[in-house]
Amino acid sequence: MSETAEHTGHHIDVKQFHPRAQAAIQNPKIRKNFRSAMDGLMAKRKAAFEGWDLETLRDLGANIRMRALANLPDLLEQLEAKLTENGVKVHWAVDGDEACRIVTAICKARDAKTVIKGKSMVSEEMELNHYLEHEGIEALESDLGEYIVQLADETPSHIIMPAIHKNTGEISQLLHDKTGTDLSNDVEYLTASARLQLREKFMNADVGVSGVNFAVAETGTLCLVENEGNGRMTTTVPKCHIAVTGIEKVVPTLEDVTGLLALLTRSATGQHITTYFNMISGPRKAEELDGPEEVHLVLVDNGRSSIYQDDELLDTLRCIRCGACMNHCPVYTRVGGHTYGTTYPGPIGKILMPHLIGLDEGRHLPTASSLCGACGEVCPVKIPIPDLLVRLRQESVDGDKLHPAKVRGHGAKRGTMEAMIWKGWAWMHASPGFYRFGTGAASKLRALQPASAGAWTDYRTAPKLAAKTLHQRMKERGQ
Amino acid sequence: MSSRETILQRLRNRTGGELTVPACDFSVLERPDWSTEERIERFEKMIESVHGEVHRCTEDSWMDRLAEILSTRGARNLLVAKSHDIGQSLRNAGRNDLPELLIYDEPIESWQAHLFNEVEASITSTRGGIAETGSLILWPTVDEPRLMSLVPPVHIAILKASELYTTFHEAMKAQNWAAGMPTNALLISGPSKTADIEQTLAYGVHGPKELIVLVIE
Ligand code: SF4
Repeated sequence: MSETAEHTGHHIDVKQFHPRAQAAIQNPKIRKNFRSAMDGLMAKRKAAFEGWDLETLRDLGANIRMRALANLPDLLEQLEAKLTENGVKVHWAVDGDEACRIVTAICKARDAKTVIKGKSMVSEEMELNHYLEHEGIEALESDLGEYIVQLADETPSHIIMPAIHKNTGEISQLLHDKTGTDLSNDVEYLTASARLQLREKFMNADVGVSGVNFAVAETGTLCLVENEGNGRMTTTVPKCHIAVTGIEKVVPTLEDVTGLLALLTRSATGQHITTYFNMISGPRKAEELDGPEEVHLVLVDNGRSSIYQDDELLDTLRCIRCGACMNHCPVYTRVGGHTYGTTYPGPIGKILMPHLIGLDEGRHLPTASSLCGACGEVCPVKIPIPDLLVRLRQESVDGDKLHPAKVRGHGAKRGTMEAMIWKGWAWMHASPGFYRFGTGAASKLRALQPASAGAWTDYRTAPKLAAKTLHQRMKERGQ
Repeated sequence: MSSRETILQRLRNRTGGELTVPACDFSVLERPDWSTEERIERFEKMIESVHGEVHRCTEDSWMDRLAEILSTRGARNLLVAKSHDIGQSLRNAGRNDLPELLIYDEPIESWQAHLFNEVEASITSTRGGIAETGSLILWPTVDEPRLMSLVPPVHIAILKASELYTTFHEAMKAQNWAAGMPTNALLISGPSKTADIEQTLAYGVHGPKELIVLVIE
């Protein structure tokens, strides 16, 4: 994640996961807003896949993504060549800061004062809005959810539904305070006023910035999935369109897109397809009457090429950002997206973010899971999220031995006390005499066993040692 | 070293070594071979489930239906293509039950405010449709630019029943999209919508509030 001092105004301390989780659990509004939204999304997803051979479809999804990753460097070059041929300018950025600098430079070259933005998680990762603001360029989100979150000076709490943590009343109050609309619980009215406010902005913006869902190497096509039409506005109305994407989003062929699209929208919101599937292959031609005169693509690495080095971790790069793992996660549903303090929350965030920010900062993330397996079961591209969580947990306490130097911050969670206890435990189990003595003594002294064992017993009853060891009982039974 | 080279080199010199390339079998995307009638029914059902409208017409009846649709909505004008058959036949019909016909024939810069504020409806052709998901295929052209299907609050599209495919996969293969894409191509599956405020659906948030499809049989 880009971390220059100037534009981390909203940086949340990832390490504070536990206090935030406590606060969220005690906030009935948060719990209710997420609970009802996620219940609905789970039901809709299920219905949307009815009549499909879902397992085979998920295999196809996983294979499409894997095939793309296996050829990643070649595909990126092919994509660049095709796009260039189509008249699109391609840029490469090793990290979020460089990507921000590239976007700013394009804006400045056009003397741009205002940028209108479609939804893009990579730009959240880059903290692009703050960067642009710092450079004196206004950046306005145009996706309704993102617009609401931006007005509230917050970050998205879900990758598909950014304002899911707010209810209608809160949104109405916010729009009233910030834009002067009347207070109302009528969602149609609130939406219509946002439409009016944003239409003005679309007409006057100098540059449009969008994300990319799939980038097709074969034809040099950037695909965007959306319902609102703001994405089409953003990429059509301003004279200049800048798309930003992670380097992993490339796929070899247009055919690949049909498989992924079928999985993406059904997994995300339970829609068979979104309202708009927008395929952009170049700027406006001389004779065309609308569309941007200039189209740019910024390919952002930002830690992805280091994930790419490791065979297991690489699976996270298959992610198509559908959000299904969040929708089905019992932990996410209770604590909400902001608790994580990371760009990507929920299960995918828990395995992706430790790569991007290191385990010393993100060490609590992999522990925020019940390992129930729901995330892995719903993932349309079959990312083994639970396995990766277990691996990252191991790495965060004992990393160097298991996987040398793959994720930064190895062993960040290793406590001296814990390490000593485990060492003693291992030693005792390896010496039969001490083992018998130890277990015998422990059962005799069971009355002295403490009733609390740290955080574990905050919400659980501490297990009690049995009065007799198994060995003793077997002996008594004469066996 | 440039960022481009740095990134490509890191990817090429992967410590994990070569990756295996799995085969991809797309046959799971195939749907039963629906008849034209079944395709129309499915298309209709899907579009209606997302608040769109379908009117089944013939070559002879679509203009009457269009006039009705526009008059019940009290539309004051309709944006039509300059050269396409649809636009030409509407302008040559000389009917007085149609609203004022506007043409998109100059660069957007010169009339953007008018398009955004005054135009109430538009009619475009399509390159076919997809029954399974209720989608229209649009490839905007010089004659029917991109904003025509986006900015006016009512978008009316003409779909020939004979150009209705079962799946996206089938349509893309049949029309050989891989041979070359236009600057912009679209699937449109309903009017613009959002559920960003407490999961409540609202239509027309940025694009058209209404999508009306005239299926010509
Ligand atoms: S990890 Fe899987 S389920 Fe989660 S957002 Fe990515 S693709 Fe969707």
